[in-house]
Amino acid sequence: MSSRTNPLAALVEPEPVSVDLTVNGKRLRIAVEPRTTLLDALREMVSLTGTKKSCDRGECGACTVHVNGRRVLSCMTLAAMQEGKRITTIEGLQEQGRLHPLQAAFMEHDGLQCGFCTSGQIMSGVAMIEEAKAGWPSAATADVTRPFAPAELSKAEIRERMSGNLCRCACYPNIVDAIADAAGRG
Amino acid sequence: MHPFSLSRASTAAAAIAAHAQDPALAFIAGGTDLLGLIKDRAALPERLLDINGLPDMAGVQALPDGRLRLGALACMSDVAAHAAVRRVPVLAEALLSSASGQLRNMATIGGNILQRTRCPYFRDGDGLACNKRQPGSGCAARHGLNRGHAIFGWSDACVAAHASDLAVAFSALDANVIVRGRSGERAIPFSVFHRLPDGEPERDTVIERGDLIMAVELPAREEARASHYLKLRDRQSYEFALVSAAAAVATDGQLIRSARLALGGVAHKPWRLAAAESALRHARLDDVETLRSAIAASFADARPLAHNGFKVELAQRVALRALQTAGGRA
Repeated sequence: MSSRTNPLAALVEPEPVSVDLTVNGKRLRIAVEPRTTLLDALREMVSLTGTKKSCDRGECGACTVHVNGRRVLSCMTLAAMQEGKRITTIEGLQEQGRLHPLQAAFMEHDGLQCGFCTSGQIMSGVAMIEEAKAGWPSAATADVTRPFAPAELSKAEIRERMSGNLCRCACYPNIVDAIADAAGRG
Repeated sequence: MHPFSLSRASTAAAAIAAHAQDPALAFIAGGTDLLGLIKDRAALPERLLDINGLPDMAGVQALPDGRLRLGALACMSDVAAHAAVRRVPVLAEALLSSASGQLRNMATIGGNILQRTRCPYFRDGDGLACNKRQPGSGCAARHGLNRGHAIFGWSDACVAAHASDLAVAFSALDANVIVRGRSGERAIPFSVFHRLPDGEPERDTVIERGDLIMAVELPAREEARASHYLKLRDRQSYEFALVSAAAAVATDGQLIRSARLALGGVAHKPWRLAAAESALRHARLDDVETLRSAIAASFADARPLAHNGFKVELAQRVALRALQTAGGRA
């Protein structure tokens, strides 16, 4: 697709489309323009502002949510493509008022300063621990041919697996400690 | 973001027919490259066709004859975690050194090899000369900031480097891209799938309108097991390659019977080191000087730009270390 495409085409707004999805356990039907990202839909239409919009280009990880249990970047996902999907945001991690163990670990280890990246860090960390439990290797794994055991989730492994979440306050040591702690308890 | 309509394809035939007749239609699968291009106005499709629902395209299959078939819609993390893929370390390592955990959960195999260059003059907005973005406008990188650009095969029309890690591994392993189009299905050898810029840099690959990538197939190769992907970048993780190398070897003890080497970050396509591969045959893995001069045979035609002269030496060192690590796994 070249940028020579007629710019007037942009003036014709496509019709909103209706999407059924589950957000934090609640079934919702929303009407979105096709170009609406999942991030904008969550923040502006579902009023869940815990998911943060930062780079909007898939470069920082602040908008990380879970789709069907997997961590993804909601800024690079179209809401209209989430028909029937199960979305979890930072607001959906707690159970009956009790923080998720990784949320508690972030508080305990002081894994934040300004807090803007924190919901993305935690959503990413929760899913990352599950990936390690499922035996997924990473670029820090010396021998990818062997099954990966969760006990091998060293700080170097955590740093590599969390590299998609930037923290401009540079709380990385405390973030890694919090995740190591929660992974060890889990 | 530029507005577009969105519909879903339920069969490959319908998707191909729709794409063939509509120049303003683009397929979307993972969306991790396309949505960035649309946000940066480097692509302005009017209609997106969601192909995620197409049947039988998201799996990894180890075929009875030893071939490995990666469905075009398989996501990178599923492929990297698959046992048959992990037996080919260069492939798993190339996948795992790409992007981030979140992006690997979204991005697909077909989309990965179609991703467009990270050249900042292409990505950063209208008004800068870029023949990929606006054919005929020139190449701002040719005499601009070109530290991250090509040292092989560039033309005055474009000096961009290809950004995919996976494509470098596919190149070394002689993969075939299985493409279905208006006139049926064909296998495109990886060596000719991506193009050099020549006079038409807006075309990254040889595929045409109406073509749909169904899968990437890897032939059974005895070199696959003793293999390695080494990626060097400005930071340790979550960054595109400055230079990378995919190496795979078959050996008798220390003697190399056959070696495969491809580089990333140095050209408009994965850059296979054919001269080096010939020179490495019957070399000893522990004879570093011979390995070094064999690799140098592929650098006679290197043409660095103003800011990337360092890549000529760096690429040879990366190739050597990747080869030695691969050899250590034999």
